[in-house]
Amino acid sequence: MSNKPLANHRILAEFRYDLPRVERGYAGQTLYVNVGDGSIAARPVDEGMKHTFTGGRGFDLWLLWQAVTGDTRWDSPENEIVISTGPLGGTTTYPGAGKSIVATISPLTGIPVDSNVGGYFGPLLKFAGWDAIEVQGIAGEEVIVFVDGDSGIVRIIAAPEEAVDSYRLPEQLLAQFGGETPAEKRAVSSVTSGPGAEHVLMGCLNFSFYDVRRGFVRLKQAGRGGIGTVLRRKRIKALVVKRSGVRGDSNGPADWGRLERTGARMHKEIHDQDPRMFDMRGGGTTYITKIMNDYDLLPVHNFQYGSHPEAVKLYKSEFRPYFSLGIPNGCWYGCTLACAQCVERFELRTGPLAGQTVPVDGPEYETIAGIGANCGIWDPRAVLEANFYCDMYGIDTISFGTATAFVMECYEAGILNRERTGGLDLRFGHADAMLELLHQMGRGEGFGLVVGQGIRRMKTLFAERYGADRSFLQDIGMECKGLEYSEYVSKESLAQQGGYGLANKGPQHDEAWLIFMDQVNNQIPTFEDKAEALHYFPMWRTWFGLNGLCKLPWNDVEPADNKTAHPPREAAKVPEHVRNYVDLFVGVTGREDVREPADLIRMSEKVYNFQRVFNLKMGQGTRQHDRPPYRSMGPVTVAEYESRAERYDKQLRELAGIDPAGKTTEEKIAALRAYREAQYEKLLDAVYARRGWTPDGIPTIETLRDLGIDFPDVVELVQSRIGG
Amino acid sequence: MKVLQFDPTRCIGARECERECSRTWFKEENRDKSAIRITEAKDGRYTMIACTQCGECIDVCPTMAIRRDKRGIVRIDKKLCVGCLSCVGFCPYLAMFFHADYVEPFKCVACGKCVETCPAGALVIADVPDAPLTKTEQRLARGEA
Repeated sequence: MSNKPLANHRILAEFRYDLPRVERGYAGQTLYVNVGDGSIAARPVDEGMKHTFTGGRGFDLWLLWQAVTGDTRWDSPENEIVISTGPLGGTTTYPGAGKSIVATISPLTGIPVDSNVGGYFGPLLKFAGWDAIEVQGIAGEEVIVFVDGDSGIVRIIAAPEEAVDSYRLPEQLLAQFGGETPAEKRAVSSVTSGPGAEHVLMGCLNFSFYDVRRGFVRLKQAGRGGIGTVLRRKRIKALVVKRSGVRGDSNGPADWGRLERTGARMHKEIHDQDPRMFDMRGGGTTYITKIMNDYDLLPVHNFQYGSHPEAVKLYKSEFRPYFSLGIPNGCWYGCTLACAQCVERFELRTGPLAGQTVPVDGPEYETIAGIGANCGIWDPRAVLEANFYCDMYGIDTISFGTATAFVMECYEAGILNRERTGGLDLRFGHADAMLELLHQMGRGEGFGLVVGQGIRRMKTLFAERYGADRSFLQDIGMECKGLEYSEYVSKESLAQQGGYGLANKGPQHDEAWLIFMDQVNNQIPTFEDKAEALHYFPMWRTWFGLNGLCKLPWNDVEPADNKTAHPPREAAKVPEHVRNYVDLFVGVTGREDVREPADLIRMSEKVYNFQRVFNLKMGQGTRQHDRPPYRSMGPVTVAEYESRAERYDKQLRELAGIDPAGKTTEEKIAALRAYREAQYEKLLDAVYARRGWTPDGIPTIETLRDLGIDFPDVVELVQSRIGG
Repeated sequence: MKVLQFDPTRCIGARECERECSRTWFKEENRDKSAIRITEAKDGRYTMIACTQCGECIDVCPTMAIRRDKRGIVRIDKKLCVGCLSCVGFCPYLAMFFHADYVEPFKCVACGKCVETCPAGALVIADVPDAPLTKTEQRLARGEA
């Protein structure tokens, strides 16, 4: 190998391999690395695996399924971190085609979590010869796993000296494993976490890519579900891949010309349409804050409210001046939607780097809404500062934001006080307290350790330790399955309540975002309509994760005639883009059995149902686990009800058949709650039926057979739960 | 900087330029492989699409494979190009081309071969004032990229 290891690097294990040619989107093998016993092996990918699981999240779950038992916990040695990009991952011609999908048994939920992330790791890993990497075991000392795709060598390296944090470590890794030129540097990508992830359960992973213009390493986050916590539990400082010489056809496409035509057309569409639509090139996802505030959907004060007069301080216009624009901001080659905004120079005012000027990747909408609006912090600089430190410490900004909003409400409700928070004045709006809480997570001390356990564990703790009302905590604690909610108010959209509550990994919006279809445009009025939407859209969105794709180029930009060429419900699918994806899939894989959009949905159904059964294997995956906190479904407090009294009174009168006149607010809250909870149960019935699941939410044996995932252990597990 | 310029009042639509361009750069006569494209307009006149060397593509290339040479010509370094075709979609003149036989796109580099071939004298390589520096070039000038 050309790179000299540092003096204190020791090679603990080494595996040499012949570099395969990537053909039609697949390298044809996966890499198994056990950092506990030092074993490293290649595992074949056969046609059956490709056709059943496609790649990406599908490969992750299939490999993870074989590695763990129902008794495996997140910190068990046999738990794995699996990373795969999927067959389209590494395509350069189409925007958003370089994603990596990561899965593990989550510390927060105890079930599989999947997280979709940018950066170069997944594509470079495939071009280095591996469709996926699964990392198992717990190392005896701090290690780096290095996949050298230029030389065909995999090494587990003892690495005692490098930093742990994701501010210094990715640059150190680049210096060690990268070369001198920009082209050599962008051939390296790392996966790191940080010190916070050692202390809390909401640790994230940072995936890197080298920015040739800015001259430093950029980071994208696999945020959800605590995967960074698992990485640090394994004593892994970093996974590093190196593969030089990426070209347009590195992915071995079956029909390069088809990819060229589809990609060039899409770039042109973005060039023309993005400035007229969401201007993601000019501000990433920051534009969403205004839309959510306008539609009363922005989480404010722990999801109590949907808008706030001061929200304008967190609009795109307030962040845009910090961004360096006009140069590429894609997290993989060819992403002209370019939402990965960057603040090149930001002066920190708190924490270990106070006074230093650092780059900040982001912020995304979720970070702004979670740490800003949801915590009542209307200060873009505080959001940027927290964004930087979350990444550096390896902490998920969404779980951090939602969990902090929860403790702020608990603080204002008297459940917490200064004594219980160790001196932190955690009222809504207190940016300094929020930042100190974050630094405590980084240092592993104080109340930060409590909040870092996540909302589900805090609910139990506050009830047991402080005698707090369990039902109140259950109502306001915005988690489901143990995962903190992402940042949309679903109270007035039954379909989105299901979108969150039914999501396999917990309430993340990447399965379904139906609020506009349902609440704003009333396009899916009946239960059958909603169930159909809760079938189609989660399957459609799952497909991106099977293929190494980003969802944003699907519907955050649309053809100019999308809304006039199609009736509204069809337009929501963006049919022309769906056809692009058929083109892309066939152009890469050459699969002749894939011709229509329905063929793509079929791929997702296999993996989605498999993941549902995986939840069952881990002791969950039934109806009771799909029930969300009431805060996500309706008003919990008097203040919440009265903030939308007109809407709620009308609904009581017209939908529930209850006259609100003469009733106290508490009585109206109870009546509305009874109505809405009953509606939610009906929704579950309709969705389960549509998906081919039992009334308890378990895929039937017939469904498993129909999808070709009726493996003996799957059938045995399901039969043991439903009989027959 | 050098730029290929076109005189619509002279063009007779012979398309010798297209054939010469693809012959020069791809060793075959194939309009789809030409970096200059002549089309007939409704009024019977002809229009030309070819690179103006404006440099907008320099700022969309993710690998900085597109740079301006000493003559001011915008050129693609094939060793750095990853074939993403961002430059194709973002060219304001639709003058960046691609073909299924090649991974990298291609464009007019004002070589002047077509000028020599045009039977009507409709083409000329002109010396025009330099284009303003792109964001990438400004960074390079500041030593930041």
